Amino acid sequence: MLIANEVTREYRSGDQEIAVLRNVSFTIPQGAFVAIVGPSGSGKTTLLGLLAGLDTPTSGKVILDGHDLTAMSENERAKLRGEKVGFVFQSFQLIPTLTARENIQVPLELQGTPGAAARADELLERIGLARRGHHFPMQLSGGEQQRVAIARAFSNAPRILFADEPTGNLDAGTGARVFELLESLNREAGSTIVLVTHDAALAERAGRTIRLSDGAIVGDTEAAA
Amino acid sequence: MSARSAQLISLTWRESRGARRRLLLYMSAISLGVAALVAIDSFADNVTRSIREQSRSLLGGDIAFSSRRPFTKEQKAILDTVQKRSSAQFARVTTFPSMGLVQRSGKTRLVQVRAVSPNFPFYGVITTTPAGRWSSLQSGPVALVDPSLLVALDARLGDTLSLGMMKFVIGATLKDVPGTPGVAEIIGPRVFIPEKYLPETQLLVFGSTAEYGVLAKLPSSADPRKVVNPIRSSLDKQQLRAVTVTQSQENATEAIQQLSQFIGIVGLVALLLGGVGVASGVRAFVSRKIDTVAILRCLGASSGQVLAMYVVQAAAMGILGAIAGAAIGIAVQFGLASVFGDFLPVDVEVTLEPAAIMTGIVIGGWIALIFSLRPLLALRNVSPLQTLRRDADSEVLRMRWNDVPRVLVNVALIGSVVLIAVLRATDLKQGLGFSAATLGVIAVLTLAAIFLSFVARKALRSGWPYVIRQGVANLYRPANQTRSVILSLGFGAFLITTLYLVQSNLLKRFEFNAAASQANLVFFDIQDDQLEGVDSIVSAKGRIVQSAPIVTMRISRINDRPVERIVADSRARRRSDSLARAQGGAAAESVRKRNADEADARKRGAPPRQSGRAGWALNREYRSTYRDTVTSGEKITSGKWFSSAALDGSSDTTEMSLEEDVAEELRVKLGDVITWNVQGVEIPARVTSLRQVTWTRFEPNFFAVFASAAFRSAPKQHVILASVADGMTVATLQRDIVSRYPNVSSIDLTLVKETVARIVAKVSTAMRFMALFSLAMGIPVLFAAVAATRRDRIREGVLLKTLGATRGQIIRILLAEYTLLGLLGSLTGMVLAIGGGWAVTHYVFEASYAPALVPALGIAALMLGLTVAIGLLAGRDVFKETPMSALRDI
Repeated sequence: MLIANEVTREYRSGDQEIAVLRNVSFTIPQGAFVAIVGPSGSGKTTLLGLLAGLDTPTSGKVILDGHDLTAMSENERAKLRGEKVGFVFQSFQLIPTLTARENIQVPLELQGTPGAAARADELLERIGLARRGHHFPMQLSGGEQQRVAIARAFSNAPRILFADEPTGNLDAGTGARVFELLESLNREAGSTIVLVTHDAALAERAGRTIRLSDGAIVGDTEAAA
Repeated sequence: MSARSAQLISLTWRESRGARRRLLLYMSAISLGVAALVAIDSFADNVTRSIREQSRSLLGGDIAFSSRRPFTKEQKAILDTVQKRSSAQFARVTTFPSMGLVQRSGKTRLVQVRAVSPNFPFYGVITTTPAGRWSSLQSGPVALVDPSLLVALDARLGDTLSLGMMKFVIGATLKDVPGTPGVAEIIGPRVFIPEKYLPETQLLVFGSTAEYGVLAKLPSSADPRKVVNPIRSSLDKQQLRAVTVTQSQENATEAIQQLSQFIGIVGLVALLLGGVGVASGVRAFVSRKIDTVAILRCLGASSGQVLAMYVVQAAAMGILGAIAGAAIGIAVQFGLASVFGDFLPVDVEVTLEPAAIMTGIVIGGWIALIFSLRPLLALRNVSPLQTLRRDADSEVLRMRWNDVPRVLVNVALIGSVVLIAVLRATDLKQGLGFSAATLGVIAVLTLAAIFLSFVARKALRSGWPYVIRQGVANLYRPANQTRSVILSLGFGAFLITTLYLVQSNLLKRFEFNAAASQANLVFFDIQDDQLEGVDSIVSAKGRIVQSAPIVTMRISRINDRPVERIVADSRARRRSDSLARAQGGAAAESVRKRNADEADARKRGAPPRQSGRAGWALNREYRSTYRDTVTSGEKITSGKWFSSAALDGSSDTTEMSLEEDVAEELRVKLGDVITWNVQGVEIPARVTSLRQVTWTRFEPNFFAVFASAAFRSAPKQHVILASVADGMTVATLQRDIVSRYPNVSSIDLTLVKETVARIVAKVSTAMRFMALFSLAMGIPVLFAAVAATRRDRIREGVLLKTLGATRGQIIRILLAEYTLLGLLGSLTGMVLAIGGGWAVTHYVFEASYAPALVPALGIAALMLGLTVAIGLLAGRDVFKETPMSALRDI
């Protein structure tokens, strides 16, 4: 499903090149649940951006569902994201001027997929917010916003879902419930999940953990069966 | 439309919630510019249509012939030929000023008498109060008068009105007379009398100021131009003026076209200023949308989809802003009719003009769109990575200088400005000049902003107080607002100051310097044998300030070249030049080169070519005088006053002094000899001096002044200026003179001053309205410019608060920054306006120009105050926001 091959990412700061990721390589099969963990500044978020096609590596390749992201233009990657990828962010990243229902519809509308409203209603029901579909993000609690964001991520039945600290802005109880919802929807959709997290408890629920430190992989372990 | 497009449009509409009001506010920056264009274009169309529909009524006939003296045998022969050849019917009208006296009240007033034949006018209907009295005008010695005359003379219907030696009964007041603007009534109320009683008035004596007119009505199939054009040279030779209905229409629309052009320029500049405001506002809007765009990109939106969404939002709000402007313009259009109605020769029917409205909306909408595109383009480059890691707005929105779409939009923007200017100007040169000037102003202001940032960076000293350093540093730090504020402010200051300078220079033309002349009463048309008697009556009740003889004459030859030859040669050359230019190529180039060579030769001091222009100066009747001294209202600018030989009449050729502007019109220089036809006698005179005349003084001024000796015995009349103590004595003196000498007319100069003041007040009000309108425009534009960096300011401000800055410190930082911005922007705008004011006054109005520095500095100070106030007002959000909420946002 997802192949990272000798991926390196460097940034220029003044007249220095700083390597945030160095020669990272791994393969994630379809349906896997992978957690990427590491201390702050280890390159987790940078790696997530590269794997999702939000950014391009300085060198190396990223192949997502058979598509070489490094050989594609930004618009081609955007199209691929719309068709195959879902996102859940730490700060929810809902569009403030759209209602909950409308936020869920966005990926389908961008691709021109018919039946977007019906799909959104279905997901709202699924996440327990059928009566709140007409509310704007600022009228929802943090947990409710994240649930809407999760529904949006699954609206286009993604092949792979990237989650960046999905419970980072939520209290423990809410975070746990939100994560259960994520897992539940994923079981139904059969997507691959790539999760970036600080939370050790969350990471334990993944089938595999890739550990990053100082831009390089320092550990790659499968969970005990 | 595909389902995808429909969904995208739906998403665009929904996403615009919350931003619509703000975007509409930014777009309102163009509303006032659109309003000006729609108002003036609609009004000009109304006037032009009314003139076209009423053109025959304006003239009263198909052709109007006129002469300043009774028709000669030759002139009558021309008219007879016209009548025979074209089967025309003729009506006659003789117009002249005279004193009207009401016996019952004893009051007298200068009036405009029109003695008309029974079939006058051929077109148009003259209505009276009571109704229907026009048809009884010819039934006896009846006078129909303007209502204001009854008030001025304390008269009523049925009273006897004396005009010269004849008495008339006031039969009715005039209600509507086609062809004369209402303001003319203020200067001289009209009195219509039957033509047959004109000789009995004995008012038209030697040298009387009168216009003798004949109206021709042609068969309906005849073209007036085809009647007049073949006899044009004969008409000119016999000094018989002919105006066709088409020419009359063109003359009548000329003034409104000039007004339309001026207000159109104001509207266009206001529109461009609005465009600058739109660009600033949309920049602020774009900053707010970075997060949303990043999310959309994550979710699969292409850069094209994202750009399309926000271009559609901006375009929709731009159209709405333009429509709002058009609605304001329609309201103003109705107001224009009441402001300018008195000055127009027709009754203007004010109606909606769809073409003008649509043009205003299209131009305004386009300007809003093209100025929005520049900042909107940056949204293409917003990376979806911003959802994970947010950079500063300025970094996110940065575009390469050679980004192709950006370059194309810049070219389209400049091209739009040039195209709109050229389409609205009277000719290509003026349009290109205007666009070059506007782009030049923008370029200078941009350079001024860059200069300020540079100087701020270099001048900053570590020893300065922190608040000053912070304020100055804000001028050059990344994402500063220096350029947008100076551009908006400077452009606004430029517009307002230019308007003010043009207004003050135009109105100077109307300032009559009565105090300098000390006279408040003038008597004219005094015959030679009446001079002593009038002098004695006036001296008994007042003081004679000035007395001048007037000799009427025409130019016969200039340096032995007959006037007819000069005029004919000039016309022939103009025709051949025009033909050559139309052909283009080598012929046109030859004409251009010849004119350029002649211009160079004149610069080197070569004599001017005689037959250039100035048909009016060659053919007109001159009312000249003779005296031995220069008056206080004149200044010799070259040559010398008359020699003693000329003064005592011992030289062969008399000497004359010519007014410098008419000398230039005639292409005459010192030493040239002009031969004058004075009542059939030819008198040569050498030009020995040129004079500058202060035309605005209340005293007789003359194009040509001669040494006394040559004209003492010439047929002449006189004018006397007097100073009289009070209004009662003025009225008494006027009555005494007109009773004894009915042909002598007089003007109460106090009345003229009041009339001029009323006209000037009206014009000033209109000009002040436009200046206020420009100021009103400047405020939303400045707000938009400041709004662009509002978020950064708030973040920065609350950070400072968190670190311990007091409210007073933050205010002083803002004060330092905005004072410097305001100072440079308003002063640069002011300096540019001094040049702009000259250009408009010189090229559009062909008037003299003197920059009014003190008021210009006052406007600059006002704009500085406005900038600081708006800056502090925008900064108040810093105090409203709590540190916690702002930091959470970071």
